[in-house]
Amino acid sequence: MSLHDIDRRNGDSVTTAAREPDPPAVTALRRKDLLGIADLSAPEITLVLDTAEAMKEVATRPIKKVPALRGKTVVNLFFEPSTRTRTSFEIAEKRLSADTLNIAIGTSSVVKGETLADTALNLEAMAPDMIVLRHSSSGAGHLLSRICRSGIINAGDGMHEHPTQALLDAFTIRERKGRLSGLKVAIIGDLLHSRVLRSNIQLLTKMGADVWVSGPPTLIPAGMRDFGVTATAHVDEAVADADVIMLLRIQLERMEGAYFPSQREYFNVFGMTTNRLRLARPDVIIMHPGPMNRGVEIASEVADGPYSVILDQVANGVAVRMAVLYLLAGGVDHEEAA
Amino acid sequence: MPTVVMDADRIGRTLTRIAHEIVERNKGVEDLALVGVRTRGVPIARRIARALKEITGDEIPTGALDITLYRDDLMRHAVGPQPVVRRTEIQFSIDNQKILLVDDVLYTGRTTRAALDALIDYGRPKAIQLIVLVDRGHRELPIKADYVGKNLPTSPEQSVQVRLLEIDGVDEVVLEGGAS
Repeated sequence: MSLHDIDRRNGDSVTTAAREPDPPAVTALRRKDLLGIADLSAPEITLVLDTAEAMKEVATRPIKKVPALRGKTVVNLFFEPSTRTRTSFEIAEKRLSADTLNIAIGTSSVVKGETLADTALNLEAMAPDMIVLRHSSSGAGHLLSRICRSGIINAGDGMHEHPTQALLDAFTIRERKGRLSGLKVAIIGDLLHSRVLRSNIQLLTKMGADVWVSGPPTLIPAGMRDFGVTATAHVDEAVADADVIMLLRIQLERMEGAYFPSQREYFNVFGMTTNRLRLARPDVIIMHPGPMNRGVEIASEVADGPYSVILDQVANGVAVRMAVLYLLAGGVDHEEAA
Repeated sequence: MPTVVMDADRIGRTLTRIAHEIVERNKGVEDLALVGVRTRGVPIARRIARALKEITGDEIPTGALDITLYRDDLMRHAVGPQPVVRRTEIQFSIDNQKILLVDDVLYTGRTTRAALDALIDYGRPKAIQLIVLVDRGHRELPIKADYVGKNLPTSPEQSVQVRLLEIDGVDEVVLEGGAS
């Protein structure tokens, strides 16, 4: 039997059982922007995940489209290269019947020197309802949310946050493990440059998970303890008895200096191999937000192996982004203020 | 003054009667499937499936439909909290089936309109028939039920509450508010 067969069999045995979810404690987000996990409470996170469960079903229908956001316009404004996230948002928007518009840096007026604020104000003049923003500067979404009437969804801002990635990771963990609280989650890799890490540790600690982070000391940011997580340079300590192992990409493009001697050495000391995996719990799941550097942070046989849920993460990303788009489309509720 | 217009016995007898009407009208239960509209249409659909099994011995496929994403009042207001979306669970093909769509109360017809649109996205049924426990009138769309548990004349100021054992711990239909 090939690894692929094991993978498929594994997938079948965990197909989601019909489950009647409890009514969520919070029933609406009452905001127009999603700038970071920092802004969300635990019940709000649960609402997004529950809504995503309903949205996931849409992908199984013959007609994969619902009319919920009919007549809404969503602009995907991407100042950094992205395949997965941009495609995922675009599919999510289309499945909700929104009209979508993609603006990528190479083809926009940014190359002619326009500022982010001017680009946004010009787009806003054409009255979109939501802007999905990816930008290399931390806080770019916050800037837009102050000057735009449209709802802003942060699709990754510099080294700050990537909230929909953390939500889809949480969704994938919950789908496999049935819960988030009490799980040992080890996050390993380039912690310093990772917005995925910053969003994930906030979300997972809010939901009661036991979060460990590990990587080369040069790539562990200061103050990890303040986030309520355990940091260690000994990767085996983080992996020991872990329920979930999340690998982060070594972001060579954000590294100006030398943080470790070589990719080969990184793999030898920190890379996730079948041997190292034996330290974790027998039902451990392996996650990676992509794109993967095979043979650097993760061995190919682990990435393609039976414990990997990496492609589930991609599939779940669409459902989670549909949930976020749907819930934010309600905007700020002025009823109580009036 | 809330008035109980149907009690547990009455609801039970009514659903059994509807099950008999279904068998008579469709000359059996071949190609039939039940789809309950969330929330209270779902337990009603399951009860009708049980009654049909008692009458015919056949298991009728039963599903649950959430119509939230098809509501005609979504996105009509500039802002406002979005209604909660629940899972749709239809584990069978509805193509060429006769779908018995089940809801608790038929009022304006807008929920039924949304349910019809939602169903059609799952396939092309041979026919759709509508079952409601209570028809309280005041239709705003050209929609009519095929099987009605009880026709209940109401005024728009009143509200009809269907309570079911599976959800509310009690079986009753109550008419509340307004002077009738």
